[in-house]
Amino acid sequence: MHEYSAWDDERAGEIITPWCTAEGGTLPALHALMAEFGAVPDAAVPLLAQQFNLSRAEIRGIISFYHDFRRTPPGRHVLKLCRAEACQSMHGATLAENLLARLGLTWGATTTDGALTIEPVYCLGLCAVAPAALLDEVPQGRLDVARLDRLVAATR
Amino acid sequence: MSARVFLPIDAGALALGADDVAAALAAHARARGIALEIVRTGARGLYWLEPLLEVARPEGRIAYGPVSAADVPALFESGFLDGAAHPLRVGRPEEIPFLTRQTRLTFARCGIVDPASAADYEALGGWRGLTRALALGAAASIEEVVASGLRGRGGAGFPTGIKWRTAAAAQADRKYIVCNADEGDSGTFADRMIMEGDPFVLIEGMLIAGYAVGASKGYIYTRSEYPHAIAAMNRALAAARAGGFLGANIQGSGFSFDLEVRVGAGAYVCGEETALLDSLEGKRGVVRAKPPLPAIQGLFGRPTVINNVISLASVPTILAEGAKHYQGLGYGRSRGTMPIQLAGNIRYPGLFEAAFGVTLGELVNEIGGGTATGRPVRAVQVGGPLGAYFPPALFDTPFDYEAFAARDGLIGHGGVVVFDDTVDMAAQARFAMEFCAIESCGKCTPCRIGSTRGVEVITRIQQGVDVEKNLALVTDLCETMKFGSLCALGGFTPYPVISALTHFREDFTRATARQAAAE
Ligand SMILES: Cc1cc2nc3c(=O)[nH]c(=O)nc-3n(C[C@H](O)[C@H](O)[C@H](O)COP(=O)(O)O)c2cc1C
Ligand code: SF4
Ligand code: FES
Repeated sequence: MHEYSAWDDERAGEIITPWCTAEGGTLPALHALMAEFGAVPDAAVPLLAQQFNLSRAEIRGIISFYHDFRRTPPGRHVLKLCRAEACQSMHGATLAENLLARLGLTWGATTTDGALTIEPVYCLGLCAVAPAALLDEVPQGRLDVARLDRLVAATR
Repeated sequence: MSARVFLPIDAGALALGADDVAAALAAHARARGIALEIVRTGARGLYWLEPLLEVARPEGRIAYGPVSAADVPALFESGFLDGAAHPLRVGRPEEIPFLTRQTRLTFARCGIVDPASAADYEALGGWRGLTRALALGAAASIEEVVASGLRGRGGAGFPTGIKWRTAAAAQADRKYIVCNADEGDSGTFADRMIMEGDPFVLIEGMLIAGYAVGASKGYIYTRSEYPHAIAAMNRALAAARAGGFLGANIQGSGFSFDLEVRVGAGAYVCGEETALLDSLEGKRGVVRAKPPLPAIQGLFGRPTVINNVISLASVPTILAEGAKHYQGLGYGRSRGTMPIQLAGNIRYPGLFEAAFGVTLGELVNEIGGGTATGRPVRAVQVGGPLGAYFPPALFDTPFDYEAFAARDGLIGHGGVVVFDDTVDMAAQARFAMEFCAIESCGKCTPCRIGSTRGVEVITRIQQGVDVEKNLALVTDLCETMKFGSLCALGGFTPYPVISALTHFREDFTRATARQAAAE
């Protein structure tokens, strides 16, 4: 479970600054913002543009290109469910669809109590223990309905 | 009493509860007054046996698996620390048939060595490749890699030594070594296993590459989906630096080199080498047109060797044992060994490193034991999401770059994903198009627009709408994507689609057949 800080320009500046002089520092800076705030909100754009000496459009372009960078923080827990082929071969797709339906969620959405966000992911390298997921960075393998329900229940 | 056990920290083992087992072992040992050392290794790659617990005995290691936390009290009761009998005892791991059939060169230490200890790496034969490279000199080291016949294990199969020669010949103020650890292909996990289980072998391979071509800095670009591999790599880099294997004047050789891990952000296309370089430069991961080759103008416009994890991790054994040894194994123009990954619906999933030439049928049926569900095998996707689906009728295909190409397939990074007879191949074809649409970098129209069109058209086929006309349309679309795309994402997505259409046509006409029956 992650505790994210509320957005703070000054803190964000401190996080970004060390990466400004590093080779190709934008992605590490974005990751560092995600780790602190759970998101890269719009407020980060002018800050990043200024510090990296890029246009705001360029920064927006980078943020929107990568699936990882969210504009609003996720729920208290994040379940990344694998949708790729090896997990499909073990009926992961049905498992995922049923879970989303039971929770009344779409991919990327958060439960109304703010407990859980379910994100799609395309392979976790856990294809030998499919179907697989990461729950708050803890790997989960050979998922079935019962195990998935237990994991979800524990987050709420 | 004191004892030493080994338990994987590999993400696949963690996914099956290895940390719970570790906690239970520690608690029970404490309660029994046993000084128990738990060494967290990588995985040997026998995932049906994970978590695989091994006990150090004078006669060698004795393994028990698959162990759950609930099994731990009974294991202590039966005296597993003495290697005693227990229903989960599998005996000496080296004697498990899945391992005895393999030729482990690149994965020789994985699952055995302590991935956090540079000393353990050295004790198990590490750094010998680097030592020999330094003795041979840069040019001769490159020729050794050329002579080994090693081809890139990331998918394209380009000769590694030739790439190094090009970068070595290029003149520049600085050069880079970039390790492509983006491993995005479904069904693959060899890179992850190496990073988590034997990270020093990758460091050693990158050091040899850096020395050979005259680079001073290297990056390991991996994926955010691999948090455990990232942590393991960073731990190993710190240990290597502390041990004088990274930094200035490495081991007194006069050669200086440093390494850094960089993390992607969930974009499959960033595994493509030029998109990866743009991403490393901090930009959108858009594919570059070639030429210029990265070996001449790569990262920040400098000569750059970009190689897959397994390509680089195979270099130490090539240098240590000599090119001949490696080159002597293999099939046709595919030399050496390939870490094949058996995944999906398969009874014995795991890592199978073997000389090229083993057939797909042997891999799936004999070594892999058929499906996990016990149903008949219907389709096997080889080489990730851009790889073709093979029916059992093609199981005599040997694992070899050219043999797979001759049958309109590819071996890619060596992933083998098995499906049983419940698979709907029209759905798989549709997913291939959907994946391409989600991951397209957007540079070329056939890939960006064609894939979205492909999803629509296959959906219509699944609904039984104008099936013959739409099948012709998909085939056309695939032709356009194949020839009008800049990189293999758009260019190879037709492989899974066309192979599904060719070998499993009945799945595309099912809706029509149903309609006809209803009329
Ligand atoms: C869409 C796409 C994704 C790719 N993903 C990877 C990858 O994840 N890992 C990798 O090593 N190569 C990947 N490649 C291949 C690389 O472009 C390149 O061939 C490779 O890094 C070269 O290293 P090698 O010669 O050691 O294989 C990908 C290619 C394409 C077109
Ligand atoms: S084929 Fe697709 S992913 Fe590759 S360069 Fe073109 S648009 Fe980008
Ligand atoms: S396909 Fe799901 S973990 Fe690899």
